[in-house]
Amino acid sequence: MAVTPADDDLTLAREEADTLAPKTSRWSRHENFLLGTAAVIAFLLFWEASVALGWVNPLFTSSPSRIFAAGYEMFRDGSIYPDLSVSAEEFVLGYGLAVIVGVPLGILMGWYSRLNAVLDPFVNALYATPRIALMPLIIIWFGIDLSAKIAIIFLSTVFPILVNTMTGVRTMERDFVKVARSFGASDGQLFWTVALPSSVPNLLTGLRLGLGHALIGIVVGEMYGASAGIGFMMQTAGATFQTDKVMVGILIIAAAGVGLTQLLKLIEARFDVWRPDHHL
Amino acid sequence: MDASRQVKLQAKAVRLAFYNERMKRRLPVLAGIDLEVYSGELLAIVGPSGCGKSTFLGAVDGLVKLTAGEILVDGKPVTAPGPDRAMVFQQDSLFPWRTVSRNVMYGLELQRRMPAAEMRRRAAALVELVGLAGFADHYPHELSGGMRQRVNIARALAPDPELLLLDEPFAALDAQTREFMQVELLKILARAGKTALFITHQIDEAIFLANRVAVFSARPARIKEIIAVDLPASRTLDVKLQPRFRELQDHIWRLIHEETASGGMAMAS
Repeated sequence: MAVTPADDDLTLAREEADTLAPKTSRWSRHENFLLGTAAVIAFLLFWEASVALGWVNPLFTSSPSRIFAAGYEMFRDGSIYPDLSVSAEEFVLGYGLAVIVGVPLGILMGWYSRLNAVLDPFVNALYATPRIALMPLIIIWFGIDLSAKIAIIFLSTVFPILVNTMTGVRTMERDFVKVARSFGASDGQLFWTVALPSSVPNLLTGLRLGLGHALIGIVVGEMYGASAGIGFMMQTAGATFQTDKVMVGILIIAAAGVGLTQLLKLIEARFDVWRPDHHL
Repeated sequence: MDASRQVKLQAKAVRLAFYNERMKRRLPVLAGIDLEVYSGELLAIVGPSGCGKSTFLGAVDGLVKLTAGEILVDGKPVTAPGPDRAMVFQQDSLFPWRTVSRNVMYGLELQRRMPAAEMRRRAAALVELVGLAGFADHYPHELSGGMRQRVNIARALAPDPELLLLDEPFAALDAQTREFMQVELLKILARAGKTALFITHQIDEAIFLANRVAVFSARPARIKEIIAVDLPASRTLDVKLQPRFRELQDHIWRLIHEETASGGMAMAS
């Protein structure tokens, strides 16, 4: 058995990986993270100090301590929870619907070029239109209750998911198709064993892009007309010059964006073990 | 050739032409190929680059339709890919999202003719046959070029084909790994007992591996000459140092050189 040369191959590969790996002193491994954290802390201190020293008016700029106090109060007296749950419900339903529609439709449009030809003008036109422009129409159709917000989030999210999934299916490697055909793959087998797996990275990119669009949809939709939600809370707070509360809303939206993106990255890592540039 | 030997593959007056979009006309690629491959032998095809060797291999696999003539495997005409033939592609054709053993199982999964447990057993045995025991759960990007080509060979062997078609499988490997893989391929083929058709542009590779070498002419390809390699059947790398090896190499080099020279003149005139 010629295992030895194969082992040599592997040793070579390992040595290569070692030389490519970054030098691992504690500082250099965490350098970027530490620099970023230090910059954020410095910024917050500067902000707080400018208000404390009377350089700026907290009515316009608020300050870290005020934002923290306002946020603490809103969670303590529970006034934030109805807004949070309404926005969360809108997000889950709107984004969920977009995934359920966007992924299968994207796959079908990538696979069947005739279907793509039929739907392409509509998808392109709607993808290029800022979905916010549709808001008046959505209000006419759905009123200002939950369904209007779900509709705008769905419309914001479904196209990036659909278009990326479609691209993934259409750009599958021609060599892989040849291999599948050579092993006698039927159209269905080609789809399941080549088209679908090779489109996963694009699909995940679509999900991540859709996430950002969904958050925009929540805020804009609620500002346009609503009776509850984080965007609605920010809108009313802003109209009454409660800058601290507006800032709390911004923080919540930002945290949701970062948190959900991280969650998607975890899912991506699960699917990505086979990629050469994969890092956990 | 011994007339009693069984013919595994027979190409009869195979012609093939492609329509070229840019030039707006049909370009002949194969201009009447007659070729027989005997059971258990390795026949190598060499020829000037772009002469249509790979197209011919694609036609044998059933991926490319013929314009005229026919290709028979065990007397049955080839119309589409089938389990009696399997292609070893270049190294980048492994599915990157499948582990070594799942790449090897690919053909079996498509054919659905055995239970999953048996597929896994078969894949494990093949992974071992090609010398990759212990790497079954690695992904292709974790392997070196030579190891990836072993996987490729194992994947082709998995459905137990009669005829193995190899399309410049070692072209992307460095010179040392390539020589090593040549020796390995002979061992694997001997153990698996397969007939093989091997395309290469390296003359020494063709002579080292093959029982016979078919030299293709410039495009549109015909067979210029078939050379029986009268070297010892069990080969080690030092066979490349024998005077007879050099003679064969020189002879084939001249044949190909004539083609490229005349092809060049034809282009100029």
